[in-house]
Amino acid sequence: MTSSTIAFRTILGKDLRTELRTLQSLPAMALFAVTTFVIFRFALDRTALSGSLASGVLWATLLFAAILGINRLFVAEREEGGFDAIRLAPIDRTALFAAKAAALLVYLLVLEAIVVPVFAVFFLDSAAALPPLLLVLLLADLGLAATGTLISSMAVHSRARDLLAPLVLLPLVVPLMIAATGASEPLLDLGGPSYERFGTWLAVLGLYDLIFLLVGYAVFDFLLED
Amino acid sequence: MSGPAVAVAGLRRDFGDRTALAAVGFELAAGETLLVLGGNGSGKTTLLRVLSTLLRPSAGEVRVLGASLPGEAWKVRGRIGLLGHEPLLYRDLSGRENLRFHARLHGLDGAAAAVRIAALLAAVGMERRADQRVAELSAGMRQRLAIARCVLHEPELLLLDEPDSNLDADGRELARDLIGPGEGRTRVVVTHDPERFEAEADQVLRLGVGERAVVS
Repeated sequence: MTSSTIAFRTILGKDLRTELRTLQSLPAMALFAVTTFVIFRFALDRTALSGSLASGVLWATLLFAAILGINRLFVAEREEGGFDAIRLAPIDRTALFAAKAAALLVYLLVLEAIVVPVFAVFFLDSAAALPPLLLVLLLADLGLAATGTLISSMAVHSRARDLLAPLVLLPLVVPLMIAATGASEPLLDLGGPSYERFGTWLAVLGLYDLIFLLVGYAVFDFLLED
Repeated sequence: MSGPAVAVAGLRRDFGDRTALAAVGFELAAGETLLVLGGNGSGKTTLLRVLSTLLRPSAGEVRVLGASLPGEAWKVRGRIGLLGHEPLLYRDLSGRENLRFHARLHGLDGAAAAVRIAALLAAVGMERRADQRVAELSAGMRQRLAIARCVLHEPELLLLDEPDSNLDADGRELARDLIGPGEGRTRVVVTHDPERFEAEADQVLRLGVGERAVVS
Protein backbone atom coordinates (compact mmCIF):
# COMPACT_ATOMS: atom_id res chain seq x y z
CA MET A 1 0.00 0.00 0.00
CA THR A 2 1.43 3.37 -1.06
CA SER A 3 1.54 5.85 1.80
CA SER A 4 -1.32 8.34 1.90
CA THR A 5 1.14 11.22 2.19
CA ILE A 6 2.87 10.22 -1.04
CA ALA A 7 -0.47 9.74 -2.81
CA PHE A 8 -1.71 13.13 -1.51
CA ARG A 9 1.44 14.93 -2.65
CA THR A 10 1.44 13.18 -6.03
CA ILE A 11 -2.18 14.06 -6.85
CA LEU A 12 -1.92 17.62 -5.49
CA GLY A 13 1.33 18.16 -7.39
CA LYS A 14 -0.28 16.90 -10.60
CA ASP A 15 -3.26 19.23 -10.19
CA LEU A 16 -1.19 22.33 -9.45
CA ARG A 17 1.23 21.57 -12.27
CA THR A 18 -1.68 21.11 -14.70
CA GLU A 19 -3.34 24.35 -13.57
CA LEU A 20 -0.08 26.29 -13.89
CA ARG A 21 0.37 24.89 -17.38
CA THR A 22 -3.17 25.31 -18.69
CA LEU A 23 -4.63 28.13 -16.51
CA GLN A 24 -8.08 26.60 -16.93
CA SER A 25 -9.62 27.60 -13.59
CA LEU A 26 -7.88 30.46 -11.79
CA PRO A 27 -7.92 33.16 -14.48
CA ALA A 28 -11.64 32.55 -15.07
CA MET A 29 -12.36 32.72 -11.34
CA ALA A 30 -10.37 35.96 -10.91
CA LEU A 31 -11.84 37.59 -14.00
CA PHE A 32 -15.35 36.69 -12.88
CA ALA A 33 -14.77 38.19 -9.41
CA VAL A 34 -13.23 41.42 -10.69
CA THR A 35 -15.99 41.86 -13.29
CA THR A 36 -18.61 41.29 -10.60
CA PHE A 37 -17.02 43.98 -8.41
CA VAL A 38 -17.15 46.39 -11.36
CA ILE A 39 -20.83 45.55 -11.89
CA PHE A 40 -21.61 46.06 -8.19
CA ARG A 41 -19.78 49.38 -8.20
CA PHE A 42 -21.92 50.72 -11.02
CA ALA A 43 -25.14 48.95 -10.02
CA LEU A 44 -25.00 50.23 -6.45
CA ASP A 45 -23.63 53.58 -7.61
CA ARG A 46 -21.42 53.76 -4.52
CA THR A 47 -17.70 54.38 -4.20
CA ALA A 48 -17.56 52.99 -0.68
CA LEU A 49 -19.33 50.12 1.06
CA SER A 50 -19.35 49.14 4.70
CA GLY A 51 -20.83 46.66 7.15
CA SER A 52 -23.28 44.06 5.93
CA LEU A 53 -23.42 45.40 2.35
CA ALA A 54 -19.65 45.23 1.93
CA SER A 55 -19.57 41.80 3.52
CA GLY A 56 -22.41 40.54 1.29
CA VAL A 57 -20.82 41.83 -1.92
CA LEU A 58 -17.48 40.27 -1.02
CA TRP A 59 -18.77 36.83 -0.04
CA ALA A 60 -21.40 36.47 -2.79
CA THR A 61 -18.72 37.28 -5.35
CA LEU A 62 -16.15 34.91 -3.85
CA LEU A 63 -18.71 32.11 -3.60
CA PHE A 64 -19.82 32.32 -7.23
CA ALA A 65 -16.21 32.64 -8.41
CA ALA A 66 -15.37 29.53 -6.35
CA ILE A 67 -18.13 27.59 -8.11
CA LEU A 68 -16.30 28.04 -11.42
CA GLY A 69 -13.30 26.21 -9.95
CA ILE A 70 -15.44 23.62 -8.18
CA ASN A 71 -17.15 22.72 -11.46
CA ARG A 72 -13.80 21.91 -13.05
CA LEU A 73 -12.14 20.21 -10.10
CA PHE A 74 -12.66 16.60 -11.24
CA VAL A 75 -13.09 17.10 -14.98
CA ALA A 76 -9.64 15.70 -15.83
CA GLU A 77 -10.23 12.67 -13.59
CA ARG A 78 -13.55 12.01 -15.32
CA GLU A 79 -12.56 12.70 -18.93
CA GLU A 80 -8.97 11.45 -18.92
CA GLY A 81 -9.40 8.34 -16.80
CA GLY A 82 -7.90 9.66 -13.58
CA PHE A 83 -10.67 8.11 -11.49
CA ASP A 84 -9.90 4.65 -12.89
CA ALA A 85 -6.14 5.11 -12.51
CA ILE A 86 -6.52 6.15 -8.89
CA ARG A 87 -9.00 3.36 -8.13
CA LEU A 88 -6.57 0.80 -9.59
CA ALA A 89 -3.68 2.04 -7.45
CA PRO A 90 -2.95 0.63 -3.99
CA ILE A 91 -3.75 3.88 -2.19
CA ASP A 92 -6.23 5.10 0.39
CA ARG A 93 -8.80 6.86 -1.78
CA THR A 94 -9.34 9.60 0.76
CA ALA A 95 -5.92 10.84 -0.40
CA LEU A 96 -7.76 11.94 -3.55
CA PHE A 97 -10.32 13.87 -1.47
CA ALA A 98 -7.58 15.50 0.60
CA ALA A 99 -5.51 16.39 -2.48
CA LYS A 100 -8.47 17.85 -4.39
CA ALA A 101 -9.62 19.85 -1.35
CA ALA A 102 -6.07 21.14 -0.92
CA ALA A 103 -5.89 22.10 -4.60
CA LEU A 104 -9.20 23.96 -4.33
CA LEU A 105 -7.97 25.68 -1.16
CA VAL A 106 -4.87 26.84 -3.04
CA TYR A 107 -7.03 28.16 -5.91
CA LEU A 108 -9.24 30.06 -3.43
CA LEU A 109 -6.28 31.58 -1.60
CA VAL A 110 -4.67 32.68 -4.88
CA LEU A 111 -8.02 34.04 -6.06
CA GLU A 112 -8.40 36.06 -2.87
CA ALA A 113 -4.82 37.31 -3.04
CA ILE A 114 -5.78 38.84 -6.39
CA VAL A 115 -9.37 40.01 -5.85
CA VAL A 116 -9.56 41.08 -2.20
CA PRO A 117 -7.12 43.97 -2.83
CA VAL A 118 -9.27 44.90 -5.84
CA PHE A 119 -12.34 44.84 -3.58
CA ALA A 120 -10.51 47.10 -1.09
CA VAL A 121 -9.56 49.57 -3.81
CA PHE A 122 -13.12 49.63 -5.22
CA PHE A 123 -15.13 49.75 -2.00
CA LEU A 124 -13.12 50.36 1.21
CA ASP A 125 -11.88 53.61 2.70
CA SER A 126 -9.01 51.93 4.47
CA ALA A 127 -7.20 48.62 4.47
CA ALA A 128 -7.49 48.21 8.27
CA ALA A 129 -10.04 45.39 7.90
CA LEU A 130 -7.82 43.24 5.72
CA PRO A 131 -5.48 41.64 8.33
CA PRO A 132 -8.29 40.23 10.53
CA LEU A 133 -10.29 39.39 7.39
CA LEU A 134 -7.51 36.96 6.40
CA LEU A 135 -8.50 34.62 9.23
CA VAL A 136 -12.16 34.65 8.12
CA LEU A 137 -11.12 34.00 4.51
CA LEU A 138 -8.92 31.09 5.51
CA LEU A 139 -11.57 29.39 7.65
CA ALA A 140 -14.33 29.95 5.07
CA ASP A 141 -12.04 28.66 2.30
CA LEU A 142 -11.41 25.45 4.22
CA GLY A 143 -15.15 24.79 4.51
CA LEU A 144 -15.75 25.71 0.89
CA ALA A 145 -12.89 23.43 -0.21
CA ALA A 146 -14.27 20.46 1.77
CA THR A 147 -17.89 20.93 0.64
CA GLY A 148 -16.95 21.87 -2.92
CA THR A 149 -14.73 18.80 -3.34
CA LEU A 150 -17.42 16.49 -2.05
CA ILE A 151 -20.14 17.93 -4.31
CA SER A 152 -17.87 18.21 -7.33
CA SER A 153 -16.88 14.53 -7.08
CA MET A 154 -20.58 13.59 -7.22
CA ALA A 155 -21.68 16.09 -9.87
CA VAL A 156 -18.84 15.32 -12.29
CA HIS A 157 -20.45 11.99 -13.23
CA SER A 158 -23.52 13.81 -14.51
CA ARG A 159 -23.73 15.43 -17.92
CA ALA A 160 -25.47 18.35 -16.19
CA ARG A 161 -22.55 18.84 -13.79
CA ASP A 162 -22.33 22.62 -14.40
CA LEU A 163 -25.93 22.89 -13.22
CA LEU A 164 -25.90 20.19 -10.57
CA ALA A 165 -22.87 21.31 -8.57
CA PRO A 166 -24.17 24.80 -7.73
CA LEU A 167 -27.71 23.52 -7.12
CA VAL A 168 -26.51 21.02 -4.52
CA LEU A 169 -23.66 23.13 -3.17
CA LEU A 170 -25.45 26.42 -2.54
CA PRO A 171 -27.89 25.15 0.11
CA LEU A 172 -25.05 23.32 1.86
CA VAL A 173 -22.89 26.44 2.12
CA VAL A 174 -25.65 28.69 3.51
CA PRO A 175 -24.40 28.18 7.12
CA LEU A 176 -20.84 28.86 5.96
CA MET A 177 -21.89 32.08 4.22
CA ILE A 178 -23.93 33.22 7.24
CA ALA A 179 -20.88 32.74 9.47
CA ALA A 180 -18.43 34.28 6.98
CA THR A 181 -20.56 37.38 6.40
CA GLY A 182 -21.34 37.59 10.12
CA ALA A 183 -17.62 37.56 10.96
CA SER A 184 -16.73 40.01 8.17
CA GLU A 185 -19.49 42.55 8.77
CA PRO A 186 -18.04 44.22 11.91
CA LEU A 187 -14.58 44.16 10.36
CA LEU A 188 -15.84 46.19 7.40
CA ASP A 189 -17.76 48.77 9.48
CA LEU A 190 -17.30 52.44 8.73
CA GLY A 191 -14.72 53.90 11.10
CA GLY A 192 -12.58 50.79 11.27
CA PRO A 193 -12.96 47.17 12.29
CA SER A 194 -14.80 46.12 15.42
CA TYR A 195 -14.79 42.60 16.84
CA GLU A 196 -18.38 42.15 17.94
CA ARG A 197 -19.14 38.38 18.10
CA PHE A 198 -16.06 37.84 15.96
CA GLY A 199 -14.92 34.86 18.02
CA THR A 200 -18.35 33.23 17.89
CA TRP A 201 -18.50 33.40 14.11
CA LEU A 202 -14.95 32.04 13.83
CA ALA A 203 -15.98 29.13 16.04
CA VAL A 204 -18.99 28.46 13.78
CA LEU A 205 -16.71 28.51 10.73
CA GLY A 206 -14.27 26.15 12.44
CA LEU A 207 -17.08 23.77 13.37
CA TYR A 208 -18.45 23.81 9.82
CA ASP A 209 -14.96 23.03 8.48
CA LEU A 210 -14.52 20.16 10.89
CA ILE A 211 -17.91 18.63 10.08
CA PHE A 212 -17.47 18.72 6.31
CA LEU A 213 -13.86 17.55 6.41
CA LEU A 214 -14.98 14.57 8.50
CA VAL A 215 -17.99 13.90 6.24
CA GLY A 216 -15.69 14.01 3.21
CA TYR A 217 -13.24 11.64 4.85
CA ALA A 218 -16.03 9.26 5.82
CA VAL A 219 -17.99 9.08 2.56
CA PHE A 220 -15.52 9.80 -0.23
CA ASP A 221 -14.48 6.16 -0.63
CA PHE A 222 -18.13 5.20 -1.27
CA LEU A 223 -18.56 7.99 -3.80
CA LEU A 224 -15.79 6.48 -5.92
CA GLU A 225 -17.47 3.08 -6.11
CA ASP A 226 -19.41 2.24 -9.28
CA MET B 1 -1.29 -17.72 -3.81
CA SER B 2 -2.68 -21.23 -4.34
CA GLY B 3 -5.40 -22.14 -6.85
CA PRO B 4 -6.22 -20.40 -10.09
CA ALA B 5 -5.13 -16.82 -10.78
CA VAL B 6 -8.68 -15.96 -11.79
CA ALA B 7 -11.80 -17.95 -10.93
CA VAL B 8 -15.23 -16.77 -12.00
CA ALA B 9 -18.53 -18.59 -11.41
CA GLY B 10 -22.05 -17.46 -12.29
CA LEU B 11 -20.98 -13.86 -12.83
CA ARG B 12 -23.74 -11.43 -13.70
CA ARG B 13 -23.49 -7.68 -14.05
CA ASP B 14 -26.53 -5.47 -14.52
CA PHE B 15 -26.75 -1.79 -15.42
CA GLY B 16 -30.24 -0.87 -14.26
CA ASP B 17 -32.66 -3.05 -16.22
CA ARG B 18 -30.04 -4.16 -18.72
CA THR B 19 -27.91 -7.25 -18.13
CA ALA B 20 -24.44 -6.78 -19.59
CA LEU B 21 -23.00 -10.10 -18.42
CA ALA B 22 -24.84 -13.27 -17.48
CA ALA B 23 -23.71 -16.70 -16.29
CA VAL B 24 -20.03 -16.18 -16.99
CA GLY B 25 -17.68 -18.76 -15.55
CA PHE B 26 -14.08 -19.80 -16.14
CA GLU B 27 -10.85 -20.59 -14.31
CA LEU B 28 -7.50 -19.30 -15.43
CA ALA B 29 -4.24 -20.67 -14.01
CA ALA B 30 -1.21 -18.47 -13.41
CA GLY B 31 0.76 -17.91 -16.60
CA GLU B 32 -2.19 -18.70 -18.88
CA THR B 33 -3.93 -16.51 -21.41
CA LEU B 34 -7.71 -16.27 -21.75
CA LEU B 35 -8.99 -14.85 -25.01
CA VAL B 36 -12.38 -13.15 -24.71
CA LEU B 37 -14.41 -12.91 -27.90
CA GLY B 38 -17.83 -11.49 -28.64
CA GLY B 39 -19.69 -8.89 -30.64
CA ASN B 40 -20.34 -5.30 -29.72
CA GLY B 41 -22.26 -5.02 -26.48
CA SER B 42 -21.60 -8.59 -25.41
CA GLY B 43 -19.98 -7.47 -22.14
CA LYS B 44 -16.25 -7.94 -22.88
CA THR B 45 -15.21 -4.60 -21.48
CA THR B 46 -17.58 -5.01 -18.53
CA LEU B 47 -15.89 -8.33 -17.72
CA LEU B 48 -12.47 -6.68 -17.67
CA ARG B 49 -13.76 -3.87 -15.44
CA VAL B 50 -15.20 -6.39 -13.00
CA LEU B 51 -11.93 -8.35 -12.92
CA SER B 52 -9.96 -5.13 -12.41
CA THR B 53 -12.13 -4.20 -9.36
CA LEU B 54 -13.54 -1.11 -11.11
CA LEU B 55 -17.06 -2.60 -11.27
CA ARG B 56 -18.82 -4.68 -8.65
CA PRO B 57 -20.44 -7.93 -9.81
CA SER B 58 -24.23 -7.97 -9.45
CA ALA B 59 -24.15 -11.71 -8.71
CA GLY B 60 -21.75 -14.63 -8.80
CA GLU B 61 -18.32 -15.34 -7.41
CA VAL B 62 -15.16 -13.66 -8.64
CA ARG B 63 -11.71 -14.46 -7.25
CA VAL B 64 -8.69 -12.63 -8.62
CA LEU B 65 -5.15 -13.45 -7.43
CA GLY B 66 -6.61 -15.17 -4.41
CA ALA B 67 -8.85 -12.29 -3.36
CA SER B 68 -12.63 -12.46 -3.42
CA LEU B 69 -14.24 -9.47 -5.20
CA PRO B 70 -15.56 -7.01 -4.32
CA GLY B 71 -14.93 -7.55 -0.60
CA GLU B 72 -11.17 -8.03 -0.83
CA ALA B 73 -10.56 -5.73 -3.79
CA TRP B 74 -8.02 -3.74 -1.78
CA LYS B 75 -5.76 -6.82 -1.73
CA VAL B 76 -5.32 -6.88 -5.50
CA ARG B 77 -5.15 -3.19 -6.34
CA GLY B 78 -1.65 -2.55 -7.57
CA ARG B 79 -1.23 -6.16 -8.72
CA ILE B 80 -3.36 -5.75 -11.86
CA GLY B 81 -2.43 -3.98 -15.09
CA LEU B 82 -5.43 -2.71 -17.07
CA LEU B 83 -5.13 -1.58 -20.67
CA GLY B 84 -8.59 -0.34 -21.64
CA HIS B 85 -10.16 1.82 -24.31
CA GLU B 86 -8.96 4.93 -22.46
CA PRO B 87 -5.19 5.26 -22.04
CA LEU B 88 -5.60 6.66 -18.47
CA LEU B 89 -3.15 9.44 -19.27
CA TYR B 90 -3.58 13.14 -18.49
CA ARG B 91 -3.57 15.14 -21.70
CA ASP B 92 -1.80 18.17 -20.24
CA LEU B 93 1.10 16.19 -18.79
CA SER B 94 3.91 14.70 -20.83
CA GLY B 95 4.28 10.96 -21.23
CA ARG B 96 7.15 10.92 -18.75
CA GLU B 97 5.18 12.99 -16.21
CA ASN B 98 2.23 10.64 -16.58
CA LEU B 99 4.40 7.59 -15.98
CA ARG B 100 6.02 9.29 -12.97
CA PHE B 101 2.54 10.05 -11.59
CA HIS B 102 1.44 6.43 -11.94
CA ALA B 103 4.76 5.15 -10.58
CA ARG B 104 4.34 7.21 -7.39
CA LEU B 105 0.77 6.03 -6.92
CA HIS B 106 2.10 2.48 -7.11
CA GLY B 107 4.83 3.15 -4.57
CA LEU B 108 7.72 3.51 -7.03
CA ASP B 109 9.77 6.64 -6.61
CA GLY B 110 13.25 8.05 -6.92
CA ALA B 111 16.03 6.62 -9.01
CA ALA B 112 14.47 3.18 -9.36
CA ALA B 113 11.30 4.70 -10.83
CA ALA B 114 13.29 6.92 -13.19
CA VAL B 115 15.26 3.92 -14.46
CA ARG B 116 12.08 1.84 -14.90
CA ILE B 117 10.31 4.70 -16.73
CA ALA B 118 13.29 5.29 -19.04
CA ALA B 119 13.46 1.56 -19.81
CA LEU B 120 9.74 1.38 -20.60
CA LEU B 121 9.81 4.50 -22.76
CA ALA B 122 12.62 2.89 -24.74
CA ALA B 123 10.74 -0.40 -24.90
CA VAL B 124 7.70 1.26 -26.51
CA GLY B 125 9.84 3.48 -28.75
CA MET B 126 8.78 6.73 -27.10
CA GLU B 127 12.06 8.09 -25.65
CA ARG B 128 12.21 10.99 -28.10
CA ARG B 129 8.58 12.04 -27.59
CA ALA B 130 8.45 11.36 -23.85
CA ASP B 131 8.50 15.02 -22.83
CA GLN B 132 5.75 16.08 -25.22
CA ARG B 133 2.26 16.66 -23.83
CA VAL B 134 0.01 13.67 -24.36
CA ALA B 135 -2.55 15.92 -26.07
CA GLU B 136 -0.03 16.49 -28.87
CA LEU B 137 0.56 12.79 -29.51
CA SER B 138 -1.16 10.54 -32.04
CA ALA B 139 -3.57 7.81 -30.90
CA GLY B 140 -0.92 5.16 -31.61
CA MET B 141 1.67 6.96 -29.49
CA ARG B 142 -0.84 7.29 -26.66
CA GLN B 143 -1.46 3.56 -26.89
CA ARG B 144 2.27 2.90 -26.61
CA LEU B 145 2.40 5.07 -23.48
CA ALA B 146 -0.69 3.33 -22.13
CA ILE B 147 1.08 -0.03 -22.53
CA ALA B 148 4.06 1.34 -20.61
CA ARG B 149 1.67 2.63 -17.94
CA CYS B 150 -0.07 -0.74 -17.76
CA VAL B 151 3.11 -2.71 -16.98
CA LEU B 152 4.96 0.00 -15.03
CA HIS B 153 4.30 -1.60 -11.63
CA GLU B 154 5.02 -5.14 -12.92
CA PRO B 155 1.49 -6.46 -12.39
CA GLU B 156 0.79 -10.16 -11.85
CA LEU B 157 -2.35 -10.07 -14.00
CA LEU B 158 -2.77 -8.22 -17.30
CA LEU B 159 -6.27 -7.25 -18.47
CA LEU B 160 -5.98 -6.14 -22.07
CA ASP B 161 -8.84 -4.66 -24.07
CA GLU B 162 -7.96 -4.55 -27.76
CA PRO B 163 -4.25 -4.10 -26.96
CA ASP B 164 -3.26 -3.60 -30.60
CA SER B 165 -5.73 -0.81 -31.30
CA ASN B 166 -4.16 2.19 -33.03
CA LEU B 167 -0.73 0.51 -33.13
CA ASP B 168 1.31 0.24 -36.31
CA ALA B 169 3.33 -2.91 -37.12
CA ASP B 170 6.38 -1.65 -35.17
CA GLY B 171 4.19 -0.75 -32.23
CA ARG B 172 2.62 -4.21 -32.19
CA GLU B 173 6.03 -5.83 -32.19
CA LEU B 174 7.25 -3.63 -29.34
CA ALA B 175 4.05 -4.22 -27.37
CA ARG B 176 4.47 -7.97 -27.70
CA ASP B 177 7.64 -7.85 -25.57
CA LEU B 178 5.77 -6.10 -22.75
CA ILE B 179 2.30 -7.58 -22.82
CA GLY B 180 2.73 -10.68 -24.98
CA PRO B 181 2.45 -14.21 -23.64
CA GLY B 182 6.11 -14.48 -22.52
CA GLU B 183 7.54 -14.77 -18.99
CA GLY B 184 4.58 -16.68 -17.63
CA ARG B 185 2.26 -13.67 -17.70
CA THR B 186 -1.36 -14.27 -16.74
CA ARG B 187 -3.51 -12.44 -19.24
CA VAL B 188 -7.12 -11.84 -20.14
CA VAL B 189 -7.22 -10.46 -23.67
CA VAL B 190 -10.33 -8.97 -25.23
CA THR B 191 -10.18 -8.76 -28.99
CA HIS B 192 -12.19 -8.53 -32.20
CA ASP B 193 -9.26 -10.11 -34.02
CA PRO B 194 -9.17 -13.75 -32.81
CA GLU B 195 -6.82 -14.87 -35.57
CA ARG B 196 -4.07 -12.64 -34.25
CA PHE B 197 -4.30 -13.88 -30.66
CA GLU B 198 -5.64 -17.44 -30.98
CA ALA B 199 -2.19 -19.02 -31.04
CA GLU B 200 -1.36 -17.36 -27.70
CA ALA B 201 -4.57 -18.45 -25.99
CA ASP B 202 -4.86 -21.30 -23.50
CA GLN B 203 -8.64 -20.81 -23.29
CA VAL B 204 -11.25 -18.92 -25.27
CA LEU B 205 -14.35 -17.37 -23.71
CA ARG B 206 -17.15 -16.49 -26.10
CA LEU B 207 -19.67 -13.92 -24.92
CA GLY B 208 -22.88 -13.29 -26.78
CA VAL B 209 -25.61 -10.72 -26.28
CA GLY B 210 -28.25 -12.44 -24.14
CA GLU B 211 -26.50 -15.79 -24.40
CA ARG B 212 -24.67 -17.99 -21.93
CA ALA B 213 -20.89 -17.54 -22.01
CA VAL B 214 -19.01 -20.50 -23.48
CA VAL B 215 -15.46 -21.48 -22.56
CA SER B 216 -13.40 -23.70 -24.90
